[in-house]
Amino acid sequence: MAQYLLSVWHDEDYEVDFSGEEMQRIGAQVGAFNEEVQAAGAWVFAGGLMPASTATVVRSNGGDVSMTDGPYAESKELMGGFWVIEAPDLDAALEWARKGAAACEGPVEVRPFQGE
Amino acid sequence: MSDELATVFRREAGRCTATLIRVLGDIDLAEDAVAEAFAIAAERWPRDGVPSNPGGWITTTARNRAIDRLRRESTRTERHVAALRLTDTDMEPDDRPEMEGLDELVEVVPDDQLRLMFLCCHPSLAPDAQVALTLRLLGGLETAEIARTFLAPEATIAQRIVRAKRKLRDNHAPYRIPSAGALPDRLNTVLAAIYLIFTEGHRATSGDGLVRTDLSEEAIRLGRVLVELMPDEAEAAGLLSLMLLTDARRPARLAPDGSLVRLTDQDRTKWDRALIDEGHRLVRACLRRNQPGPFQIQAAIAAVHADAPRSEDTDWSQVVALYDQLHALRPNPVVALNRAVAVGELDGPEAGLAALGELDPSVLDDYQPFHAARADVLARAGRTSAAVAAYDRALELTTNEVERRFLTTRRADAERAQSGGAESAGHPPQPG
Repeated sequence: MAQYLLSVWHDEDYEVDFSGEEMQRIGAQVGAFNEEVQAAGAWVFAGGLMPASTATVVRSNGGDVSMTDGPYAESKELMGGFWVIEAPDLDAALEWARKGAAACEGPVEVRPFQGE
Repeated sequence: MSDELATVFRREAGRCTATLIRVLGDIDLAEDAVAEAFAIAAERWPRDGVPSNPGGWITTTARNRAIDRLRRESTRTERHVAALRLTDTDMEPDDRPEMEGLDELVEVVPDDQLRLMFLCCHPSLAPDAQVALTLRLLGGLETAEIARTFLAPEATIAQRIVRAKRKLRDNHAPYRIPSAGALPDRLNTVLAAIYLIFTEGHRATSGDGLVRTDLSEEAIRLGRVLVELMPDEAEAAGLLSLMLLTDARRPARLAPDGSLVRLTDQDRTKWDRALIDEGHRLVRACLRRNQPGPFQIQAAIAAVHADAPRSEDTDWSQVVALYDQLHALRPNPVVALNRAVAVGELDGPEAGLAALGELDPSVLDDYQPFHAARADVLARAGRTSAAVAAYDRALELTTNEVERRFLTTRRADAERAQSGGAESAGHPPQPG
């Protein structure tokens, strides 16, 4: 079994508004997907993140530590949440990603964890 | 390498590598082992004669050499385990492989080749990496050969192949034929990669040569393997048929001076009838299955052209109908362009211009064939200054020297027609 990070990406102007009809729908879809992952025994961990504007970057340089306003990546696309799943191989992980992308209605990046 | 060995290599390298990857569970190990086995063959076969089952001999020798090597290097636990597993289930390593137990090994080879095709064309890899890996592992081409055919630096191709293999390994890509649910999409990726190899060979995107035969032949060989291994897949047969019918025109595509001859002007007696017959049989058989797909329809279009003894005998209404079908299945601007050109042939240049006018120019503005086709239809419609401007735009976008010469000639014809007031006798270009 290998572990994969399934990260969810969105544009920088994306706002999480749980009262909206769209978010209600997506929330229900993601909830159902989470249950499916858990039932299959593939679930390791998952979570949605607060907007990237809430991020702080901490750097350690020798003994000096500096802190700056985040996010770290100067990118128009940001990670909004992720799943860590366990799967027998890449094709199985991609199949979970396909379902996850449909559930959250956005692109999902699949990336393997370093093995033991 | 002797001719005989070279022939065996061409036929068997991909198959042996495919089986060894399954047996050893490692691409690099399999490649090295197959290379070593061929080196041993080069030494022994001239002396001892070619074995009755050369592929089996190579596979067995490669496996045994790999086991030897694993044992020598089995400081790492996982490799030690692998060596044990191999020797438990298989024969003892032997410098002189016997034919004993070999049938069993060879029998599973066809599936191994399919596995390898799906692995090389894994959708997690970019198309250029899929193509390079396919040529390397299934075609047995050296990195330098792949670099030459793609006119790319060898280091670029080497890095592309290394990265692709690493990505597959780090991601735990499985070595198996995709499940039924995933198969249609995965097969399309394989077909697209093979077709990319074919078109790259058929029509160089840059440089002087227009046809790089080796790549086209390798693509056709892979297409044949795929049809043999997946006889129920209509699109696989459609792809092979399309490649055969296109390749059949190769002897007529270039003039003695190396310039490009359009489909309209080709000497059709030079077309390879054997390839056309085979392509026809395939396309008819797969269309009867009634699982239409883009490759089958494109093959059917190529078959309509092949049916016409002269260009003016072409059944253009059939061509337009097939493009309509293709567009309904896979709407895309290039298909719409080809359809418009066919309409120009069926109903005259004004109708062709009207059809071209319906296309979205913003999508096609950087697409050379769009401007070349438009220029030809404009020239035929007698709008010569607009035609010259369109040729200029097409020339701006041309990277291939042979096509540049062709378009320059066409442009000069159009200009002459303008100054002389004579009507141009031009025809729109069809994909040659």
